Amino acid sequence: MNSTWAVTLATLVKDIRLEWRSKDALNSMLFFSLLVVVIFVFSFDPLAEESRHIVGGLVWVAFLFAAVVALNQTWARELRNQVLDAYRVSPAAANALFLAKVLGNFIFVSVLEALMAPLFVVFYNLHVLGPAWQLLPIALLGTWALVVNGTFFAAMSLRTRSREIMLPLLLFPISIPALLGMVAGTTAILSGENSARFYIVLLLTYDVVFTTACLALFETILHAE
Amino acid sequence: MKRLFPILSVVTAILLAYALYLALAVAPTDALQGDVYRIIYYHVPSAWTAFLLFFINFIASVQYLVSKKPSARAITKWIVIVIGVGGAIATFLPPVRAQIPAGMEPSAVATTVLALPAFYFVIGWLFAGDRLDVLAVTTAEVGVVFCTIVLVTGPIWARPVWGIWWATGDIRLTSTLVLWLIYVSYLVLRRFSNSAQTQMMAAALAVFGALDVPLVYLSIWFFRTQHPQPVIGGGGSMDPKMLRVLEFSWLAFLCFAFLVCWSRFRLELLRREVEQAHAMESLAGAADSAKASLPLSRSAP
Repeated sequence: MNSTWAVTLATLVKDIRLEWRSKDALNSMLFFSLLVVVIFVFSFDPLAEESRHIVGGLVWVAFLFAAVVALNQTWARELRNQVLDAYRVSPAAANALFLAKVLGNFIFVSVLEALMAPLFVVFYNLHVLGPAWQLLPIALLGTWALVVNGTFFAAMSLRTRSREIMLPLLLFPISIPALLGMVAGTTAILSGENSARFYIVLLLTYDVVFTTACLALFETILHAE
Repeated sequence: MKRLFPILSVVTAILLAYALYLALAVAPTDALQGDVYRIIYYHVPSAWTAFLLFFINFIASVQYLVSKKPSARAITKWIVIVIGVGGAIATFLPPVRAQIPAGMEPSAVATTVLALPAFYFVIGWLFAGDRLDVLAVTTAEVGVVFCTIVLVTGPIWARPVWGIWWATGDIRLTSTLVLWLIYVSYLVLRRFSNSAQTQMMAAALAVFGALDVPLVYLSIWFFRTQHPQPVIGGGGSMDPKMLRVLEFSWLAFLCFAFLVCWSRFRLELLRREVEQAHAMESLAGAADSAKASLPLSRSAP
């Protein structure tokens, strides 16, 4: 067990260090979601009242697209110099690698969200009417939901032709309930019309179910031959 | 076995024709909707068939994953038994019973839950190894076709009856659509990946899809109870004459689906045999040319 955590930590630190030096994923995600925000502003141009009802959807669609950009790069990085093959033959637990990748992506996407959230407030003149602190659990659970499945499917699409397009095709259908929970929960809080508690529970259920499924199946996917 | 195929084809054609006759001429006209409602004799049987095929796909995928990982066999078996038997018993307990929507019998729900271990063991007993994967491809493809029929006939009926083509918040519409999307992505994955790992990945994706469907249902169920919609198809009781036609229609559709699955199953088996034969042939050819030529010319085709 201890060695599993050691491997997880080592891989995570390595990924963060790589990202810190290159800033590939973060920069491309940031600029991409900035573009999405600007395009949304031009195409909808809503009043403050309307924007409370639509911005939940816009925020999460922007983050979903941006997350795909980062997720596509996570495993591609390991293909260079046959790192992934080396990992496959090493005795280290497959789930340690998976957890490290998920945590890394979780950190990157969370940083992106923290940086982008003020922009949404500025562009859409947002003023939260409900209990704002509930946005935090929704953001954390929702990001985990996107990232855990995204990392799994990115590992899957690694073995396919045109892998960059494959990831969203696999990820989006499975993510629909999580996306619905995030969007509806965010809208409920922004408009203050109803409680978001159900959506938090829904996201938590989704996270528990799919984290378990990913951990149970990742080894099979990594070693599939 | 092969001789049965033409016989079954003829029987299915007769059944389908008779089902069409029953649906158009024998079934009574609906008091409120008029003749438009007759589309349910195609819509509902297609839906039931599609769900059954997706269910078989899920079971076959789990069996395939287990067959490749023998260490998981015992635990999966027990999980399936516990879910099936425990779920069936749970439906009769008062707190669970209160959650079952009105109009649904607990015994019917219990039977549905028991279908999980029943199918699991029957499919595990009938199919083995790569045949499980062939079964999974077959049922996914045919299931998508039937699901498409459902999604096309639904709006055709909804437009005159509800006044709208599509009700976004409706639980059945949305969960069927998501189910269809998941299985289309399943087929896309199989199409785009032609390596040896495809079968494993597809089986894993099928498991993810099956886990997703209850969550979709849950999320929309709450969504709808918050914003009630005036669109709830069915509900209430059905004229026994209509029900009989519907059941007969389902029988015809099941036969048809079985027939299509059967021929697709054989086709897929043949395709894999041919592929294997090609691979063996090129291996043998490579060995021959390596033997005949000098070691230096090994890189030449």
